[in-house]
Amino acid sequence: MFAFLLRRFGQAVIVMLVISLLSFSIQDQLGDPLRELVGQSVSEEIREQLRDKMGLNDPYLVQYWRFLKNALQGDLGTSYFFKRPALDVILDKLPATIDLVIAATFWILLFSIPVGIFAAIHPDHWFSKLALSLSILGISIPVFLTAIFLIYLFAVELGWLPSYGRGDTITLFSTWKTSLLTLDGLSHILLPSISLASVILPLFVRLIRSEMMEVLESEYIRFAWAKGLRRRRIWFLHSFKNTLLPVITVGGVQIGIMVAYTILTETVFQWPGMGFMFLEAINRVDTPLIVAYLIVVGLIFVVTNTVVDIIYGLVNPTVTLVGRPT
Amino acid sequence: MSLLQVNNLEVEFPLLSGKVKALKDISFSLDKGERIGIVGESGAGKSVTAFAILNLISKPGRITNGSIWFDGANLADMDRDQIRNIRGNKISMIFQDPMMTLNPVLTISTQMVECLQAHRNLPEAEAKKIAVEKLRAVQIPAPETRLDQYPHELSGGMRQRVVIAIALISDPALIIADEPTTALDVTIQAEILQLLLELCVNFNVGLILITHDLGVVSQVTQRTLVMYAGSIIEQGPTRELISSPLHPYTQGLIGALPEQTTPGSRLNQIPGVMPSLQDIPEGCAFHPRCTLAVAKCQHQIPELKGKTSRLCACHLVDDVDA
Amino acid sequence: MNFSLERMRRSPVYYSFINNKVAMVSAAILSTLLLVSILAPFIAPYDPWDQTAFDIMDSEYPPIGSSGADDRFLLGTDDMGRDMLSTILYGTGISIAIGIFATILQAFMGISIGLVSGYFGSRLDSFLMRIADIQLSFTTLMVAIIILAVFQAAVGLNSYERYALLMIVLVIGIAEWPQYARTVRACVLAEKKKEYVDAVKVIGLRPMRILYRHILPNTFSPLLVISTVQVANAIITEAGLSFLGLGMPITKPSLGSLIRNGFDYIFSGSWWITFLPALVLIVLILTINLLGDWLRDVLNPKIYK
Repeated sequence: MFAFLLRRFGQAVIVMLVISLLSFSIQDQLGDPLRELVGQSVSEEIREQLRDKMGLNDPYLVQYWRFLKNALQGDLGTSYFFKRPALDVILDKLPATIDLVIAATFWILLFSIPVGIFAAIHPDHWFSKLALSLSILGISIPVFLTAIFLIYLFAVELGWLPSYGRGDTITLFSTWKTSLLTLDGLSHILLPSISLASVILPLFVRLIRSEMMEVLESEYIRFAWAKGLRRRRIWFLHSFKNTLLPVITVGGVQIGIMVAYTILTETVFQWPGMGFMFLEAINRVDTPLIVAYLIVVGLIFVVTNTVVDIIYGLVNPTVTLVGRPT
Repeated sequence: MSLLQVNNLEVEFPLLSGKVKALKDISFSLDKGERIGIVGESGAGKSVTAFAILNLISKPGRITNGSIWFDGANLADMDRDQIRNIRGNKISMIFQDPMMTLNPVLTISTQMVECLQAHRNLPEAEAKKIAVEKLRAVQIPAPETRLDQYPHELSGGMRQRVVIAIALISDPALIIADEPTTALDVTIQAEILQLLLELCVNFNVGLILITHDLGVVSQVTQRTLVMYAGSIIEQGPTRELISSPLHPYTQGLIGALPEQTTPGSRLNQIPGVMPSLQDIPEGCAFHPRCTLAVAKCQHQIPELKGKTSRLCACHLVDDVDA
Repeated sequence: MNFSLERMRRSPVYYSFINNKVAMVSAAILSTLLLVSILAPFIAPYDPWDQTAFDIMDSEYPPIGSSGADDRFLLGTDDMGRDMLSTILYGTGISIAIGIFATILQAFMGISIGLVSGYFGSRLDSFLMRIADIQLSFTTLMVAIIILAVFQAAVGLNSYERYALLMIVLVIGIAEWPQYARTVRACVLAEKKKEYVDAVKVIGLRPMRILYRHILPNTFSPLLVISTVQVANAIITEAGLSFLGLGMPITKPSLGSLIRNGFDYIFSGSWWITFLPALVLIVLILTINLLGDWLRDVLNPKIYK
């Protein structure tokens, strides 16, 4: 276990270095920090002096090294727009995005597992066929369109639910603001979380269904029937545990997609999370914020992948956690 | 009083191209503790017969006619709960490839204990004790340590022993073994067969051994059935059947054995191939390949008949003495 | 491989197609969309790209059938006075074009790399597949957002409009080649094990010839199946990018750009500016997915045993 973690940690470090290098290069190309700090009317000489003092004329690698050092200490630059440290801005917005992701994951797990299992066991049932048809529809409607339709139906036409914003929040542990514990917050998160789930849920239904159908045809399941075990045990223990394995693998990949989709969803709902912040930062060319976002997302990504790998290793006994199957 | 009595069993598979009869009017019986073999080529219907007994035929196949009498009840008529009571309890099965038979994500202990607990109320500790006992009976070294292991941690031969242990765990009256050694190394095959033989003799358990290998039946079984294109075409005590086969097909099978050929000359093959179940010829299914066929063979299906225990379905073989 | 109409008519693929209403209807709708978008310059009543041809006074007319509609504009007009029918016709063409070109690019790259990697194996294979793995772990949408955002900020809005289409095709194309490479490589590895490859090697054929003449034809089925998925995905990705303002500009809008443009107006009642392009986009993606599903089922050797 320890060797596995060490290896993954090493991989994570390399990936983060690559991300930081790319992010830093972007920062280099995008926008002029001097222009943001000083007006237009300052003379060229003074500009050059300022450049020197800020270290903007140093060689590339030196600047990169400085960037890395600062980053490891938690200093990812200062946002031009918010005039605050970029990391602070991001950490401010992070809880909103996490709320959204938790809510969406809730919908996904709640529906995809039972529906997928049912559709695999009773493939000719009308419900299974309905679920499959709805799945194809769900995959074919881009996430932002689902969002727009939901807003139009529930907010504009029916007026039942709000169309933007987050609603009331409660502060936990004196720093973390969540809206999941207020009624108002829940009414605000309903549409966005359903939108976000709407593309990934059908994918999981189809995935669970097809993987489980394959498992149900396998010899060891036939042997389980031959042993005279109860149906429920064969379906939910013997079959489902094997189905989980490829689902976990694919699920891990979907997390990356989910991060990208939060940008789209938050934009439609003006949800004050990281994704919306990122888009606004792009429009304003707020380079430090853009770079900080990339690094934070990269980190989240690497951590989530590692966690998924560990979960997979725990569920699948044929994989020792050194990463190689025996 | 026979343990198992199969009467006129018929199995059909409705395919896109039409209905296909996988088993045509199969009848045989098995006494308590008796060991019989079912031999034939792939596609002859041997495995289907085995699966039909426990109603495990892969969909869309189903039993369309006949009865399977066991312990006073007709297995073909049973509902879900009734047949569940028989499976793994009174009649067990062993499949071909032990790597595919055992669930890779569950421990040996789980897979053994659940078989016991599915049929009787036993606390886990006791069930585990019985499991260890059975593992010992199949000659697995250090049986207690095996319980917490996973299938992939055991060798092929050991896995098949575990499968046999699972088959024995509820002290069944009958074991159906479908090609139990085909997927194993040649060196292990003999061991496993010997083990199976000893266990059946010691515990007085009936055995239906399904294989394409005549050498296997000669080692283990007392009686053998030969199947061709969905029907039984010859039946009899194993030793007799092999030393003096009656049906031309059986003769061909024996004659094709390498042991029967003088070194340096061609192997004796039966010309042609067994027909697919969708294209069975009229009359005797074997007649296109039979060197002794006469006009009658092309139109009339021969009955399986004979005196005593020697049965044969061939027009050219009249009543045969035991 | 000779091809004849008679042979096609008797093949199981054709049989399955004729009997599958969903596949037939999808194909019909998709062909219609393709056709009208290709013919858009000829059949559209107005030219939506001509910045002088529309009048802001004509803005926000609803489609024919609602009160307040104008006879000149069948599906109404958007906020700038452009005819909805024309913008949708042209927009569909752009969405489809980007989908197809991006897929062709990734197919070309992916198939070449996959063939070479699978056939020659060893270190080259490990290296290429490592890169593929890394690329696969970054979602295309995310990468596209970043690259296009940086590009847009770096070159300014005017240059951006000129190169938008090219950049989008490039980004999606280069980001997705691993999908094709992996599929092809798996096929190559499977075929390599088969005996006919050894037989052909013994005869002395050169590797390239073996690859192209013998192995490649066996990869067509799976490649065809993933191609439909990839086209649909490319269209969805481009729509998302345009919706965020990082895709096609409003002067040469794709369906995604049109949806973005009309979003604010659903609150004030002009629903058609967003919903009409949205409907066309959904139908487009849905028909491609349905055909892809049918194709995957029909080409699956397991089902047709």
